[in-house]
Amino acid sequence: MKNQKTITNLVLIILPLLVLGISLFAGRYPKPLFMPFSVLTSDELAQKLVFNLRLPRLITAALLGASLAAAGGVMQMLFRNPLVEPGFLGVTQGAGFGAAFSILWISTSPLIIELNAAAFAVLGLILSYFIARKIRFGGWVLRLVLSGIAVSALFSAGLGILKYMADPTSELPEIVFWLLGGLYSVTWEDLYYILPVVVIGLTIIFLMRWRLNLLSLSDETAFSLGVSVGRERTLLIAASVAITAVVVSVAGIVGWIGLIIPHISRRLTGANAADFIPVSMSVGAIFAMLCDDLARVLTTGEIPLGIITSLIGAGIFLVMMTSRKVSITK
Amino acid sequence: MSSGILTVNSISYTYHPERPEAVKQVSFEILSETVTAIIGPNGAGKTTLLHLMLGLMKPVTGSIFIEDVPISKYTRRELSQWIGLVPQSEYIPFEYTVLEYVLLGRAPYLGPLDLPGRDDVQIALESLAEIGIAHLEKRPVPALSGGELQLAMLARALCQKPRIMLLDEPTSHLDLSNRNTTLRILNRLRNNGTTIIFSTHDPEAAALIADHLVLMRNGQVLDAGTLDDTFTKEKLSLTYGTPVEVVNIDGMRVVRSMERLS
Repeated sequence: MKNQKTITNLVLIILPLLVLGISLFAGRYPKPLFMPFSVLTSDELAQKLVFNLRLPRLITAALLGASLAAAGGVMQMLFRNPLVEPGFLGVTQGAGFGAAFSILWISTSPLIIELNAAAFAVLGLILSYFIARKIRFGGWVLRLVLSGIAVSALFSAGLGILKYMADPTSELPEIVFWLLGGLYSVTWEDLYYILPVVVIGLTIIFLMRWRLNLLSLSDETAFSLGVSVGRERTLLIAASVAITAVVVSVAGIVGWIGLIIPHISRRLTGANAADFIPVSMSVGAIFAMLCDDLARVLTTGEIPLGIITSLIGAGIFLVMMTSRKVSITK
Repeated sequence: MSSGILTVNSISYTYHPERPEAVKQVSFEILSETVTAIIGPNGAGKTTLLHLMLGLMKPVTGSIFIEDVPISKYTRRELSQWIGLVPQSEYIPFEYTVLEYVLLGRAPYLGPLDLPGRDDVQIALESLAEIGIAHLEKRPVPALSGGELQLAMLARALCQKPRIMLLDEPTSHLDLSNRNTTLRILNRLRNNGTTIIFSTHDPEAAALIADHLVLMRNGQVLDAGTLDDTFTKEKLSLTYGTPVEVVNIDGMRVVRSMERLS
């Protein structure tokens, strides 16, 4: 029993590393699909490509996948709703608006776009939170959901206006490409910038994973079990939103990972968050890296990552929902 | 032998300053290792009173004591080791197994970053056995019937090893046979040393196991005392606001409504 746990944990760590190692060789240089190992040892350009471009990009992909999947799992537990995803509280639409705002009026430098996206993502959350406090009816979760929907809609309408105003030859394509999500421009600096937030956020979520089960109970039951419901929920939401905001600010809007990966993980381990949260992180990292491999390999240009994750994510979702083995409660 | 374990001292509570008080100047004492039923019609303030005793809400005036110490002096963790709750119902959207769900009852004894250990699993299994649902251990909670869910909630509260167990309408969703199963378990828990407090609008369920009754109407306590003193035609009629008769059939107290509908 104990040995089995150790083996599972090792697999959860080793498997993403293995995928990372193999993915380093996937791409279109010198020819599509895999770069032979001999090229890496002899070709200086190949070394630069692998260590300066692909390595930071793949690590970022792994962090992106792990973060979105973990944040999605956390949100689903806290909102007691398996269909919630991390972009829920105005975070994703806020980031999109912030990026477009930056492209139009501030700067098109990637770092400035990222900072704006992160700032507006957090603004989206803050707005959702305070509007929820102003709503005069319903429980706390319902109010957060409603205000999150309203704030997302506001930002997406604002984004529509910005797109309409954007120069169709220069600014609009940039906005659209950012919104589609991708890791094509990620550098080591980007990675250093998101790393601390992601590591802290994921650590908090990982350490408190069993308590997520308690927080998925009704407030009164959780209280009777000694849980400081408000405080623990706020800490976990803050951690989830922070990691979502930073990865979205670097990668643009990459959909479906936060929704689908926790579902797949629950299928593998059962509903206990102590088990499925670590699996979500691991599977999310693997999924994002494989999708990014496809983004690099499939065409000479590059397919935006967000398109691939949505395509595959929605496909898996449809298969899961229609397969006979699944039972959905309510 | 029995002594006061929980004392409610003239507490009042209102959900909104402009609305009438949900609980008004309520006082009574709960004796250790007894079953107390809080009975009254819908909207009498029973659930509010339970939530106040749980510490979930603070009374506007008055205080509640556990062994002569105000509950506000206990930490969250200490309080959760004292008092367990079985809510009226529990919506669980995720497919926890019954064992995983019952294991959540160990939270009061675990640090914020701890996972339940082998001992905790052992206690959870004992709780399942005690409630008589060991065979449901691996079943997903959302697949349980209403009666089974009630028992799972009881096992979860028992796994918490509280000295006082609060139950909010534990029998109201249940058919007669499941109701009796639940009442039998409560009776046994009391005999094993747990103090039971439950709310109900069903006076017969109360009469089957309660040692004491608290009669509530419109947020006020009309009377509190032993079953014999309080389970009378006059007092129950006043509590429910409709004429009733108490009939004794084979030593069991049955309440009949005497109101004609037309």
